[in-house]
Amino acid sequence: MTAREGQEELEAQFEQWRRYVLRRRELQPSDVDELEDHLRGSVDELIAAGLSPDEAFLVAVKRMGSLDELSREFAREHSERLWKQLVLTGDPDSPAADTHSRRDMWAMVLCGAGAAVSIKVPELFGLRLADDGAFYARNFALFALPWLAVFLAWRRQARRPLIGTLVALFGLGAVAANAYPLAEESKSLVLTSIHLPIALWLVVGLAYVADDWRSSRRRMDFIRFTGEWFIYFVLIALGGGVLLLFLFHTFTAIGIIPQEFISQWLLPCGAVAGAVVAGWLVEAKQSVVENIAPVLTRLFTPLFTAALLAFLVAVGWTSHGINVEREALILFDLLLVVVLGLLLYSISARDPLAPTGLFDKLQLALVVSALAIDVLVLLAITGRITDEYGTTPNRAAALGENVILLANLAYSAWLLLRFIRRRTPFAALERWQTGYLPVYAVWAWIVVLLFPPLFSYV
Amino acid sequence: MKVAKDLVAASATPMVLGILAEGESYGYAILRRINELSGGELDWTEGLLYPLLHRLERLGYSESSWQSVAGERRRKYYRITDKGLAELAEQRRQWDTVTDALKEIWLGLGDRRPLTAIPLGCRA
Repeated sequence: MTAREGQEELEAQFEQWRRYVLRRRELQPSDVDELEDHLRGSVDELIAAGLSPDEAFLVAVKRMGSLDELSREFAREHSERLWKQLVLTGDPDSPAADTHSRRDMWAMVLCGAGAAVSIKVPELFGLRLADDGAFYARNFALFALPWLAVFLAWRRQARRPLIGTLVALFGLGAVAANAYPLAEESKSLVLTSIHLPIALWLVVGLAYVADDWRSSRRRMDFIRFTGEWFIYFVLIALGGGVLLLFLFHTFTAIGIIPQEFISQWLLPCGAVAGAVVAGWLVEAKQSVVENIAPVLTRLFTPLFTAALLAFLVAVGWTSHGINVEREALILFDLLLVVVLGLLLYSISARDPLAPTGLFDKLQLALVVSALAIDVLVLLAITGRITDEYGTTPNRAAALGENVILLANLAYSAWLLLRFIRRRTPFAALERWQTGYLPVYAVWAWIVVLLFPPLFSYV
Repeated sequence: MKVAKDLVAASATPMVLGILAEGESYGYAILRRINELSGGELDWTEGLLYPLLHRLERLGYSESSWQSVAGERRRKYYRITDKGLAELAEQRRQWDTVTDALKEIWLGLGDRRPLTAIPLGCRA
C-alpha cells in the first residue's frame, strides 16, 4: 500500500467516524469538527511515533473513550440539546438546507394566504358567512385542503398527470357540494358537510404520496402525516383561541367590540390558513421531532381496552340490551373510528420486524371487544332500521360506515391473531390498512355524489 | 499513581484558564499541555475537556473562533477574556489557600515522622 492509498483510507475512516458520531444528538456538527481535529492531532502524533495510519486511527479512537460517556458529558453542559428544537428557518450549519427550508416557508405563507383570501372571495358574490351558513358548511374544506394539496404537490414537484387529477377531483368536490338542490335543513347537506372533507383529505393524500401512490410505505407515511397534522392543527387552534380571547377582551376594555372582525375574518381565515400551516409544520419537522400520535396511542390503548371490556362485562352482567336510540349507530361508528385510529397509529410506529409483545395482545383485546360491542349494536338494530324509522340518508350512511369499519377491524383482528401466533408477518397488517384507504375514499365520494339524488335531495 | 477523578474535576477550571492565560490554544494542544505539566499523571478525557471549554465560553471566561494558522488545519481556538483572567486570579487565591494549608499540615507531620517510610514493625 502506498502512502497515498493509506492517506485515502484514513480519510475514509474519518468520514465514517464523523457520520457515526453525528448520530448523537448531544453532539452538534461544530463539536464533531472540534473532536475530529482532536482525533487528527492524536493520529498525526501516533503516525509520527511510527504507527501505520490505520493502527494510529484505531488507537486514537480507542483513546477517545466510549462515545456514550462522551455524549453524556456533552449533555451535562448542553442539556438543551436533549430537547430537540424545531428550527423552522433552517439549519444555520448547512446553507443548502437553509435555503430549502426558507423556500418551503415562503410557499407555505403563499398557500396560507391564498386559503385565507379564498374563504373571503364568495363574499364578493354576496354570500356572507353570517347569513349563508349552509354554503360555508358544505364548502369549508374546499377553501383549505386544495391549498394544502398545492403546497404538498409543489414540494414534491408533482408531474402534470397528478396535477390534472388533483384539479379534477377538487373540481368534482366543488360540483358535488354546490350542484345539488339541497335545502338549508336537508339531511344530505349535513352528510355532504361531513363526507366531503374526508373525500378531499384523501385527495390531499394523493398529493402527499405524489408519484408512487401504489406504495404501501408511502401510504403509511400519509397516515402518519394525518395523525401529526391533526395534532398540530389542534395545537394551533388552541393557540388561536387564546389569541382571540385576548383580542376580544382587550378591545372590549377600550370600548371597541371586535366581534364582527373575529367571527367574520379572523376565525375563518385563521382556520383555513391554520390547516396549511399545520401541514407545513409536519413536513418541516418530519425527522426532527418524535411523532406524538403513536405516544398518545400507547397511552390510551390500555385505557380504551379496559373501558370496552368493562362495558362488555356490564352488558353481560345486567343483561341490559343496548338501548338503540336514533343516534346510537353514529356513536358506535365513532367508537370504531377511535379503535381504528388506535390500531393505525400503533402500526405506524411499530418496527415491523420486532417480535410480538404484550402490547400486540392488548391491541387484539381492544379490537375484539370493539367488534363484540358493535355486533351487539348491529343485532339490536337489525330490522328496526328499515321497519321502524325508515331509510334516511343519515341512517344509510351510518350503517354503511359501520359495515366498512367492521370489515376492516374484523380482518385486522384476524391478522393480529395470526401475527401473535407467528403465522403471518406484521407487514401483512400494515399492507391491509394501507390497502384499505381507497375504500374510505370511495365511500366518502359515494355519500357526497350519489346519496343526494338517491334520497331525492331530502 | 493516577490522580483521583474528583480532584481532576475540581482542578480542571483553573488548569484550563491558566493554560489559556499563556496564550490562545485549541483542544488537542491544551490536553497535550496538561499531560506535559503533570508528567502524564492527570487523566483528562475529551469528555471532560470539551464540555468544560464550552462552559467557560458560555460563562464568558473565554472566547472561541475557527481559524486556520498557516500550514495547519482549521481549528477552534480559545482565548481567555478579562473576565476569565479575573476568575483565574480568584481561583488561584482559593487554590493557594488550600495548598498552603495542606503544606502546613504535611510539613508539621514531616517534622515528627517521615510520611514516606514507616516500617511496618513500628506500628505493631
